[in-house]
Amino acid sequence: MSSDNRPLSPHLQVYRPQLTSVLSFLHRMTGVALTPGTLLLVYWLAAAAAGPEAFATAQALIGSIIGRLLLLGWSFALFYHLCNGIRHLFWDAGYGLELPDLYRSGWLMVIAACALTLGSWALAYAMRSGAW
Amino acid sequence: MSRRSPLGRVRGLGSAKEGAGHWWGLRFSALALVPLTLWFAASVAVMTGAGYETVRAWAASPLVAGLLILLIVAVFYHGARGLQEVIEDYVPRKGVKFTAILVVQTAAIVLGLTGLLSVLLLLFRV
Repeated sequence: MSSDNRPLSPHLQVYRPQLTSVLSFLHRMTGVALTPGTLLLVYWLAAAAAGPEAFATAQALIGSIIGRLLLLGWSFALFYHLCNGIRHLFWDAGYGLELPDLYRSGWLMVIAACALTLGSWALAYAMRSGAW
Repeated sequence: MSRRSPLGRVRGLGSAKEGAGHWWGLRFSALALVPLTLWFAASVAVMTGAGYETVRAWAASPLVAGLLILLIVAVFYHGARGLQEVIEDYVPRKGVKFTAILVVQTAAIVLGLTGLLSVLLLLFRV
């Protein structure tokens, strides 16, 4: 196959950012950022498996200011990647590729990601001060 | 499982290597992760501030353990495949690319196994 007339990716230094390109860029960034977050998932499970003391240490680390800031970033990255991932699945199936649809689903996705992040943190703080 | 269509294969279209299988794998794991992640995030949010016993009792349920196993498998499959795609796009040097993908896959297997064994320990500990 000839390789000289194939489509090129936008050249980032001269490409004017648009909603579509920024959201697409963020999809990769959040995806990459989420992979070190898997360390936290495994650490939390391994600490619970190791026993009450290890688990208490893990909970204290996660509940610290730095732990909570990291968790805030990861939770937003997770919900962003999840919501935008659903957009990607629709595109792969051939739906929603027209420009007006892209903008509509783009803004809807940003709102949904923010709402899921805020909602889960509201739930977490409500549970923390309540039942246990 | 390459999942290439027979017509594409006959015409010699599409990926020359494992691309078609990778493409489907990333999408199947994404589809599985939508409900699994929402379930996990909601569960963890509800257990905020809960003690060891609550979390242990939660993880001792076979249903929860099964879902956690599915979550771990899908997370590390999707994460490793996704990082591989990024590496293939942005790392031009063959040796560096090969090594980086190998490191990612090794890390995914080690972390994934640690997670799976933790889930089994939580499930079977009396």
